[in-house]
Amino acid sequence: MGDFNLAGFLTAAVLAGVPLLFGTLGEILTEKSGNLNLGVEGMMFMGAVGGLAGPYFYEQVGGTSQIIAVLLGLVLAFLCAAFGAFLYSVLTITLRANQNVTGLALTIFGTGFANFFGEAIGSTNASNYMSVGKPTVDAFNNGIMGLKGAGGVGDFFASMNFMVVLGLLLAGFLAWFLGRSRKGLNLRSVGESPATADAAGINVTAYKYLATVLGGGICGLGGLYIVMNASSGVGGTWVHNCVGGRGWIAVALVIFATWSPTRAILGSLVFGALSIMRLYINLGIPAQIYSIFPYIATVIVLIAVSMRRKRENQPPNSLGLAYFREER
Amino acid sequence: MSSQVKAAALREPLVRIAKRTDISKGQAWAIRAAAILLALVAGGLIVLAMGHNPFLVYADMAGGALGNKTGLKETVKIAVPLLGAALAIAPAFKMKFWNIGAEGQILAGGIAATYFALFWADKLPQVPLLLLMFLAAAVAGAFWGLIPAVFKAKWGTNETLFTLMLNYIALGIEQYLQNGPWKDTKGTGFPIIAQFAKGARLPKVFGVHAGWIIVLIFVVLMFLYLRYTKQGYEISVVGESEPTARYAGMNVSKIIIRTMCISGAIAGVVGFMTVSGADYTLNANTAGGVGFTAITVAWLAKLNPIVMVFIAAFLAVLTKGSGTIQTNFGIPKSMADVLTGIILFFMLGCEFFINYRLIFRGKGEAHHG
Repeated sequence: MGDFNLAGFLTAAVLAGVPLLFGTLGEILTEKSGNLNLGVEGMMFMGAVGGLAGPYFYEQVGGTSQIIAVLLGLVLAFLCAAFGAFLYSVLTITLRANQNVTGLALTIFGTGFANFFGEAIGSTNASNYMSVGKPTVDAFNNGIMGLKGAGGVGDFFASMNFMVVLGLLLAGFLAWFLGRSRKGLNLRSVGESPATADAAGINVTAYKYLATVLGGGICGLGGLYIVMNASSGVGGTWVHNCVGGRGWIAVALVIFATWSPTRAILGSLVFGALSIMRLYINLGIPAQIYSIFPYIATVIVLIAVSMRRKRENQPPNSLGLAYFREER
Repeated sequence: MSSQVKAAALREPLVRIAKRTDISKGQAWAIRAAAILLALVAGGLIVLAMGHNPFLVYADMAGGALGNKTGLKETVKIAVPLLGAALAIAPAFKMKFWNIGAEGQILAGGIAATYFALFWADKLPQVPLLLLMFLAAAVAGAFWGLIPAVFKAKWGTNETLFTLMLNYIALGIEQYLQNGPWKDTKGTGFPIIAQFAKGARLPKVFGVHAGWIIVLIFVVLMFLYLRYTKQGYEISVVGESEPTARYAGMNVSKIIIRTMCISGAIAGVVGFMTVSGADYTLNANTAGGVGFTAITVAWLAKLNPIVMVFIAAFLAVLTKGSGTIQTNFGIPKSMADVLTGIILFFMLGCEFFINYRLIFRGKGEAHHG
């Protein structure tokens, strides 16, 4: 372990954690409204393909502004995933379908939707791939703090792109929103006891819809980052099944973070680190065994959380249940 | 109309929702059929948007999946594990135990069966070897299902995520075996597991491996088990309400653990059928998403094993047909997933119209109270 590169390891861990952070934050917002949306994987897929398609078509029609390309990516990733969450909302909130199955259906649909359009759009291109140019990819990956070549800690900060900062800001905002604001309090009360919230004059349906749709959009940003992340070596190109289970880890991280946006930062970092560990730390075990570490860690977290039931660590009380006003 | 009545009518919401109990089974299935039809129309619109004629595409799908002997055999081959995994999921879902780990349980079964196929094929004749593989797969699948069940029963650990994580862990173990100890040493150097010896292969009956017979037997057994046995009854009581089950003196923990053993064992056998009947080897695609699609099958069939046969066949047609349209029209194969997702959305949504009815303002009967 003599040549262990701490700055490199931490940088890679943070970057690998970014998609998880967005997925976790989106799902926290969703679950606070009492909706357990298991479609995070599907929504990340939809965000990924939408976020790639925006800059792709912009470049195809000859656009060269990186700022517009990035904005198109962000907006379309958000909208595509929010559309998936909207379908989920209509089914579970208005039509009262089972949340578990609807979430799974959304994952199947979103995965298919993204692979379908990723390949269909790619097949119209001469290269047979849906791919954006290097400047756009760089815009997502280049550090925004300068400091290049500073060495050590400086290198670490130099690698932080705007998506990292956006994720951290969002976590901070959500922590304030859920913990300190009036609307956040209303949202939490909807998740804890919709009947009580309804009686207090809070529009339960509107809160549930908004939290779920916005939460879905945030998950989509995680998908966008997966597609644009250059450390995969294929940044900016559609890769079949590119999300590859990270949406599910995000769902688990919500439990790990015990529904706290600030703890979600720590969780994403830890899981990001676990997923890239084999490149940096040699424990003398096969690579395939490394790859299951994040999942084993998730299982351990699940068990630990369920064994020590602290009151403040519990899920929203109505999580997973549809609210029928008529059946109060 | 006096102004007071008018004001009252205006205060009434545009649409009210009321529970309905009067719908017949036939009507309910008619609504579901209409939902599937609407889903196909929605899928057709996507096809249309891509510049193809949806009727031609659907016809090509059906033709590719059912129109000739080779296609039909392929379709059955796709339907067998799908149906098997749906049967595995059924008792767990009936208990409201969200086992989304069929994928991992299939792999666990496949791994166990492969062990005997690789290292016992020269020591045993075909029939005992296949029986041994079958049993090993069932035990391994049951074990993989048992782990989350024990934690759920004891501490209420979230089973959805637990079973899901076990999928990835099973896949990691499979990858390790394929790249390490079980790697084919006589092969081309690619990390693959050797093809099974003749004795470890499930024989064909009417051109498709005998797994289809096993799975049809499972259909009947599962139907009888869920409907006519005490254990089946216990499963539905736990599913409806755990406190009720406890109050009635049922040992809920025991029921959860037992049911997940059955669920995992069936999934494990699906793994055995795939490695021994379809692929003659084990690889990362042995489960290949079947565990997830099977959830769709089980739910669309309302957990009724007989109905599952038709739903599994229908989805197998979609999957095989999507392969055909990829070749003929250049429409990506993922169309099958898109269609499956849309159908599932419509089916989930249509349950609302089976369970509730909408009463519009001014129409319908008078208010109660």
